[in-house]
Amino acid sequence: MAFTININGTSHSVDVDGDTSLLWVLRDVLGMTGTKFGCGMALCGACTVHIDGAATRSCITSVDSLDKSMVTTIEAIGASPAGAKIQKAWLDHEVVQCGYCQSGQIMSASALLASNPRPTDADIDDAMSGNICRCGTYVRIREAIKLAAQSSKEG
Amino acid sequence: MIPDHVDSPAPDTNLSRRSFLATGVAVGGGLMLSLSLPFGASDAAPSDGFTPNAFIRIGNDGQVVLTMPYVEMGQGTYTSIPMLIAEELEVSLKQVRLEHAPPNEKLYANPLLGVQATGNSNAMRGAWKPMREAGATARTMLVTAAAKRWGLDPSTCQAQDGAVIHAPSGRRLAYGELASEAAQLPVPSNVTLKSAADFRLIGTRAKRLDAPGKVNGTAIYGIDVRPAGVKIATLAQSPVFGGRVRSVDDTAAKAVNGVRQIVRLDDAVAVVADHMGAAKKGLAALKIEWDEGAHAGLGTDEVVRKLDQATLGPGAVAQTVGDVDKAMAGAATKVEASYQVPFLAHATMEPMNCTVHFRKDECEIWIGSQAMARVQNMAAKAADLPPEKVIVHNHLLGGGFGRRLEADGAVRAVQIAQHVDGPVKVVWTREEDIQHDMYRPYWFDRISAALDAEGKPVAWKNRFAGSSVLARWLPPAFNKGLDPDSTEGAIDLVYDLPNFHVEFVRVEPPGIPTAFWRSVGPSHNVFVTESFIDELAFAAKQDPVAYRRGLLDKAPRAKAVLDLAAEKAGWGQKLPERVGRGVSLQNVFGSYMAQVAEVEVAKDGTVRVRRVVCAIDCGTVVNPDTVQAQIQSGIMFGATAALYGEITVKNGRVEQANFDTYQIIRINEAPAVEVHVVSSTEPPGGLGENGTSAIVPAVANAIFAATGKRLRKMPADANLLKA
Ligand code: FES
Ligand code: FES
Repeated sequence: MAFTININGTSHSVDVDGDTSLLWVLRDVLGMTGTKFGCGMALCGACTVHIDGAATRSCITSVDSLDKSMVTTIEAIGASPAGAKIQKAWLDHEVVQCGYCQSGQIMSASALLASNPRPTDADIDDAMSGNICRCGTYVRIREAIKLAAQSSKEG
Repeated sequence: MIPDHVDSPAPDTNLSRRSFLATGVAVGGGLMLSLSLPFGASDAAPSDGFTPNAFIRIGNDGQVVLTMPYVEMGQGTYTSIPMLIAEELEVSLKQVRLEHAPPNEKLYANPLLGVQATGNSNAMRGAWKPMREAGATARTMLVTAAAKRWGLDPSTCQAQDGAVIHAPSGRRLAYGELASEAAQLPVPSNVTLKSAADFRLIGTRAKRLDAPGKVNGTAIYGIDVRPAGVKIATLAQSPVFGGRVRSVDDTAAKAVNGVRQIVRLDDAVAVVADHMGAAKKGLAALKIEWDEGAHAGLGTDEVVRKLDQATLGPGAVAQTVGDVDKAMAGAATKVEASYQVPFLAHATMEPMNCTVHFRKDECEIWIGSQAMARVQNMAAKAADLPPEKVIVHNHLLGGGFGRRLEADGAVRAVQIAQHVDGPVKVVWTREEDIQHDMYRPYWFDRISAALDAEGKPVAWKNRFAGSSVLARWLPPAFNKGLDPDSTEGAIDLVYDLPNFHVEFVRVEPPGIPTAFWRSVGPSHNVFVTESFIDELAFAAKQDPVAYRRGLLDKAPRAKAVLDLAAEKAGWGQKLPERVGRGVSLQNVFGSYMAQVAEVEVAKDGTVRVRRVVCAIDCGTVVNPDTVQAQIQSGIMFGATAALYGEITVKNGRVEQANFDTYQIIRINEAPAVEVHVVSSTEPPGGLGENGTSAIVPAVANAIFAATGKRLRKMPADANLLKA
């Protein structure tokens, strides 16, 4: 069945079963491969996107639940002020290693920063503990979020 | 230009790179330089001493292209290896472009492994001299070419920032203008390398070249490739090791919207679909009956029993010094223990996947692999094609850790693709990835020591049993019952031990495949030796740091890292109840490392690693930021193993399936990590795996300090640690 979904400000029409996860629609149907598959069970955060601004696991979000929602993915997060700050902090602080988890990390961190410009360590734990990084970049993720928050204060 | 991701070049399997080496002219003109690495030079016939291994290509447009024989899997190789070449070539990192090397064992063998692979923390160790020599050779030739054109003595000219300059006259020629002429010159046999004092890149915090594409979603990993018309497949392999498909009812699966085809193999069934959602749904709808085969009743306990038994019999002697039995007999105190470490899965963040387009007489593969030539060879065998008919494109790896040194995923994808018209991307679910991994071996150690009246160890004896990964992966490396990986960290200890005897017994677990896993041998051996030395300190009623220190008179680099870690960690300072510090010390992968872990054990027995202080002497530091990053990473990887890591088998099946049952440390559980580097001008040592092996005993020793309970089996069992 056909669904019209809004991704990064553009509408797309896709013909899949309604219970198909947004993750597969993004990656396999629309070819937007920045959003990653890690577990398929909301356990790792690699597939995180924003749905109406809220960090959401696309692997358990069925396409028929989207309705008029606005989906934002890693490909467009740099257009939002929080996303741009997070991406810059990630580069300035050399967070990435293999990088596979980082789309999801950046999406979670951007949502955090957008809603909470001065996150504490506990806020960071809350917002980020759903995102696994097998390369163990956690020390730098924490520092980079603080760096981005700092730049928000200055800018 | 710095690419934001690195794609494979079109593989030139038919083109002999060596043939145009003879002329030195790169495709499209310009200078191409090959380099020969010590492994090929020393072991091959002398006439074959110029076995090229990697390439620098300088185009007439001045573009410097480096062909990378090592793969990027997060460890920063794509930045640190180019730094070596750029340093000597006198170009900035911005001026270089990278290409993956195509599979070619002859050209791109890892000098420390002898095959084309990235692992064993040796990219930098193998590359350190040859890559700088490659850069220096090219620089020398470019300078000579410029001097010739100007009619000057080369010694009056110098290379600087991608050009040759003659300072007195202010003349300047960019490399691109010189490339063709340089290519005509004879390759100098002796070049002078820069001295450490003149390094302008090595030792600096160079920015990672691969980072930008990884923060904006454009980086392409193996799982992201999309050749035109690609279908997506997912699969179920026999849940029992070695089982086979008995029957498949695919009626319901075929009815799923988007499912195109069901492929039945001997020991697996795959569902081919338009997208992974449909493939997974189809897979769930399949009714498969398995013939479970010989391992249907297999359990971990059976494996452990066999290993335990094997440690009672003789093994291959890995190292022997003095007379252990005599020293044991006359000693004041004897300490004995047995240790165990579990099977572990890799759980790379990017699940196993491989894309294959099987055509009539050739086969094209897209993958992220640590061992491309292995992929090519094994895929060729599976496809019944000559290797040159198998084209392999390598992509970024979403984690390697040893898993992507194996080609089983490529073979599986070829088997499936042989039944599919057009390209098919085979993506394993996380459950398949964990349950059909090739595992870090289970090891069992029986260890004993004798102390003299002052508590010094006068005898050390260890016999351990487990799988030899190298015996399967690189058979010539397994010799007389031993291989260098299984014993690393168990022998050649930093301590002064006058009577020392270590034996290894190779025992392969029935049906369970084993493989390299970040730090492999040392991941087990350092846990055992560093826990046991702690036991000896306790038996001698001495402080663990002071005790180790007393055995290090012949190992100044080891003593220096131990002192540094202890000082920075505030060793000896008082801690609250059920909080403890533990230390570990190792010399593995060519680097010395000490760690002090601080743990807190809750009343219910759960362990939290609060802080880790690490001191390392890894010789010359190429990129200080990479050192920090790799050690932080290795520590998290090892902490995961110490706290949670365990694969168990019951009824022939792996019991863990996804991140709920195979836990990975998360940010809220991650320790603060401090890394202190001892400055050194020794050649670089390894980095990628050292943090992993050292953290496990540091945590176990800290748990002992916090609770008085000695954990001789990993991972930490909360039930044993309750208050
Ligand atoms: S893939 Fe969605 S949370 Fe792991
Ligand atoms: S950077 Fe590799 S999983 Fe996070």
